[in-house]
Amino acid sequence: MNSEKIFKYLLVSSGVLMVLIALGIVATLFVGSIPSFKEFGFGFLFSTEWDPTEGRESYGALPFIIGTLLTSILALIITFPFAFSISLFLGEYFKDGALPSFLRSVVDLLAGIPSVVYGLWGFYALKPLVAELGLNAQGFGIFTSSVILAIMIIPYASSLGAEVISMVPGSLKEAAYSLGATRFEVVRNVIVPNAGSGIFAGYILALGRAIGETMAVTMLIGNSNNMPTGIFDLGNTMASLIANQFGEAEGLKYTSLIEIGLILFVITGIVNYIGKLIMKKLSA
Amino acid sequence: MKKFQLLFAAIIAVALMASCGNAGKDKTASNKKAKTITGAGATFPQPFYNKIFKSYTKEKGLLVTYGGIGSGGGIRSLKDKIVDFGASDAFLNDKKLADMPAEVLHVPTCLGAVVAAYNLPGKPELKFTPELMEGVFMGKIKKWNDAKIAAVNPGVKLPDMEITVVYRSDGSGTTFIFSDYMSKVSADWKEKIGAGKALKWPVGIGAKGNPGVAGTISQTEGAIGYIGSEYAFAMGIPVASIQNKAGNFILPSVESVSASAKGEMPADTRVSLTNTDAADGYPISSFTWLILYKEQNYNDRSADQAAQTIKLIEWVVSPEAQKETTKVHYAPLPDAAVAKAKAVLGKVTYNGKALK
Repeated sequence: MNSEKIFKYLLVSSGVLMVLIALGIVATLFVGSIPSFKEFGFGFLFSTEWDPTEGRESYGALPFIIGTLLTSILALIITFPFAFSISLFLGEYFKDGALPSFLRSVVDLLAGIPSVVYGLWGFYALKPLVAELGLNAQGFGIFTSSVILAIMIIPYASSLGAEVISMVPGSLKEAAYSLGATRFEVVRNVIVPNAGSGIFAGYILALGRAIGETMAVTMLIGNSNNMPTGIFDLGNTMASLIANQFGEAEGLKYTSLIEIGLILFVITGIVNYIGKLIMKKLSA
Repeated sequence: MKKFQLLFAAIIAVALMASCGNAGKDKTASNKKAKTITGAGATFPQPFYNKIFKSYTKEKGLLVTYGGIGSGGGIRSLKDKIVDFGASDAFLNDKKLADMPAEVLHVPTCLGAVVAAYNLPGKPELKFTPELMEGVFMGKIKKWNDAKIAAVNPGVKLPDMEITVVYRSDGSGTTFIFSDYMSKVSADWKEKIGAGKALKWPVGIGAKGNPGVAGTISQTEGAIGYIGSEYAFAMGIPVASIQNKAGNFILPSVESVSASAKGEMPADTRVSLTNTDAADGYPISSFTWLILYKEQNYNDRSADQAAQTIKLIEWVVSPEAQKETTKVHYAPLPDAAVAKAKAVLGKVTYNGKALK
């Protein structure tokens, strides 16, 4: 065998291995959640009950599905104006120079900070602020977690956007300028339509990150297993619930947590799929 | 060609998996020397275990590792036979004992208290009756200046502040001890919430781990929560004195926790101390246990491994280790409990033969 062939086989086999691992994870989650599915059926998705007391155990995923979607979508909404401005700033307005490169490193740094550090900062700085503003009594809750998540996902949402924006062909922009377009009009009518699918891809990436985030959320959301009544209420997310309760779980609770993991996996898959669909539409 | 490539990839994948599988299985050597002893479980006594296992490793040259993964995790690890011993704050009830693959023994190691810790301006000293505990932790009493709290605490300046209950968001032996007590003193609690390592809380904020609850209490004015006493003392958070069965208000201390263990102890050491009869006993006290298999020859363990495990646990209940308990705010085992613990260890066998 020559090196050409060996290299090719290596590529193919590592690709196949990835697929096998992904399938393996799904299979493990699926098998692990069978007992819970047998007990609760599809009602698991809609039940708001999470009662681990022996003798009347009953588990449902709805408060955590809602909590996960609420925190991550709210985070995406909060992060959008910041991430979009940064993308434009770095991709179009100031591509080179000391300030943009400084800004770029700061944004990259945000991506590298461990989430527990975000959690700590949120706990000691953001939570008292939220309480001070009177948004809720103790400063914990869905809103506080969303703000932390929004800061965490800015780099994911902005870097890709900056990259695509800087790749918009100069000839297009120049053509618009020569027709008398202002800079804002160029952004609106040339850059955004051209780079839209790439910018959007960044937001999907960011949303995926927000959905799966565990530690920072656990420290701020209040970990209340009751159905949240609003964005300033306490709540819990699927990832945070699993991290909290897995250590002591056994029996029905154990398999219910695995089923929550499976649902989280599926939701992440659906978000990615919808993202791809929209991207296709945008770039078409 | 395509087919061949796929086949090749599949073969590599299978070979990889197989080799991983083989690596996991240690070669059998029933006479090999013990190098490390591994335990896992409860976090409630972890400060104590960390301290004594470290000095054991230093003195005897045998590495003892302890993973604070929670009581449930400790039980599961023992069930999966991947540890030499587990640790739990809640003894295994008869049903759980029957679920284990072989007979499991309980060895008590020390006594601890779960305290009601709070954060109020001016750090007043508070007294709690069982009725107040029920009212506050079930969300029936919502304000600190509620007349019911004032009636038990005359002369204490209580602020017009909302009560924020803080509980453990992760399953925990501490929660079990606390809810075991609450179920004994409150019928309403027993019916609506019950006793367990994780509960369905009507009100409050969940925080992860004893340090998480302690941190949340100290960061939140008007908060009250339950934690292992060590964590409250270490952070200087005020704790309430609680009225025991005899009617006395008792602060958690080494003496009052020891006093709670005065009663009779069954031979298998499985006994709950909460709501103790002792007049000077703190009512939310508990033993914490190490759990191990009676028959030590499992999963290809060597005889030396078994002997060393027993030696270690014997040392844990010896005066040398027991005197360390008070340094981290636990109480030493009463003599009667030590005798029972030694009797339990005497039952341990290897291949059916007594180890000692």
